[in-house]
Amino acid sequence: MELVVKGLTQAYGKTTVLDRLDLTTGDIRALVLVGPSGGGKTTLLRILAGLDLPIEGSVSFANAVLPRDEAGLLAYRRHVGTVFQAYNLFPHLSALDNLTLPLIHVHGLAPAAARKRVAEPLERFKLAEHAHKRPSQLSGGQKQRIAILRALATQPERLFLDEPTSALDPEMTAEVLEMIGELKDLGTRFVLVTHEMGFARKVADEVAFVGGGKVVASGPASTMFEHCPEPRVRDFFARILP
Amino acid sequence: MSRALAHTLVVAILAALLAVAFWRSGYAFQWEGVWDYRQKFVTGWLTTVAMSLFSLVLSALVGLITAVGLRSRWTLVEAAARVYVELIRGTPLLVQLLIGFYVVANSVGLENRYVVGALVLALFSGAYMAEIFRGGLAAIPAGQRDAARAIGLTPWQSLRLVILPQAIRLVLPAVAGQLVSLIKDSSLLSVIAVSEFTLAAQEVNSFTYSTLESYLPLAAGYLLLTLPLSALSRWLERHFAYEAG
Repeated sequence: MELVVKGLTQAYGKTTVLDRLDLTTGDIRALVLVGPSGGGKTTLLRILAGLDLPIEGSVSFANAVLPRDEAGLLAYRRHVGTVFQAYNLFPHLSALDNLTLPLIHVHGLAPAAARKRVAEPLERFKLAEHAHKRPSQLSGGQKQRIAILRALATQPERLFLDEPTSALDPEMTAEVLEMIGELKDLGTRFVLVTHEMGFARKVADEVAFVGGGKVVASGPASTMFEHCPEPRVRDFFARILP
Repeated sequence: MSRALAHTLVVAILAALLAVAFWRSGYAFQWEGVWDYRQKFVTGWLTTVAMSLFSLVLSALVGLITAVGLRSRWTLVEAAARVYVELIRGTPLLVQLLIGFYVVANSVGLENRYVVGALVLALFSGAYMAEIFRGGLAAIPAGQRDAARAIGLTPWQSLRLVILPQAIRLVLPAVAGQLVSLIKDSSLLSVIAVSEFTLAAQEVNSFTYSTLESYLPLAAGYLLLTLPLSALSRWLERHFAYEAG
């Protein structure tokens, strides 16, 4: 994905969340953002996903610079997918209608064509039998897998996942992580924020450690987890890895 | 006991108590005089229905636009919406009708008292609707807007496809309550000589001197409108029912 972030700064009121953050990756498929809570991971991801505008700085994927106006960002968001920690499914619609809504209203598909498009992924991820249920009738893991399919239905260039398993119990976490792993094997490109270090290690091509509004260190997953020169990163992993 | 049976029982007890009260008051009912003016009741009732219906649709529209205005980022829009709501909610409808008809409408050359009456009623009710809608919109979690933006919906699509369908369900009982109020408030239109239901009863009373015979049909006529509205609201509430999540 060749991500280049330069001098990214974001603040809410007087609180600086991102402080001239720089990050460069190779042409990789999976980037995982790790680091302490409140360090700026989610804020960075929201900017990458085109949901928030930074105060300063620039972002580019494969030399395409992210727009700085709302109209441009709207067009950008239509080509990427975002998955949230709290699923954010639309509770008044069935799982199926959650998936077809963007296809019909954003990408202009006829309802029948939209349903046909999502039938195969629903089948593949064993969600077809739940397609006509409302989100309230689904388990957390099912909700998040539907949310991932909703983000994927429009065949986006890349996916942004913000702590997709933080609200789930271990069993459901496993089913969602398994799906993300499978998507990677299918060629999906994504940026993932997670606290699941075991999974991060397995799935990441590159890892960026975000803390204090900056990227403290970044690089290939093996380097980052095993012999990162940065003591803050080593301490962090030493504390949370078994 | 089933709900229908319980309702019937309560209504029966209430009717019996009222009947006893009327009987003990020794009031001698004289329905003949009032019956001669039945056409007046019908015309008045239909006028009330028509004007309430018109005001109802318009006030929902005014309320929705104002609710969006109340949440606007542009301070001037927010201020205009807020001043409108507070001014209308803080003053009596009676005064609004008199000023609306004799001052505002007069100055712009609007003479039809039915049109002016319905407009003032809609603006009055719209202010209450605005607060109801604002509350409904505010109750939708921020994550829903995030998700709508993330899938590439325009702000208008997000409102229409995601926010409103959820907000409407939340505000439905309050809106139905407001509509019941609106129908009863329309009785004040009599002060600008709109020949609606209440004015019809007042006139029949002054012709026949049969006070209760003139006003009891009034109560029945309003119930005829408001009870189905409450039933409709409960049905809609069930129809849109789903758990959040």
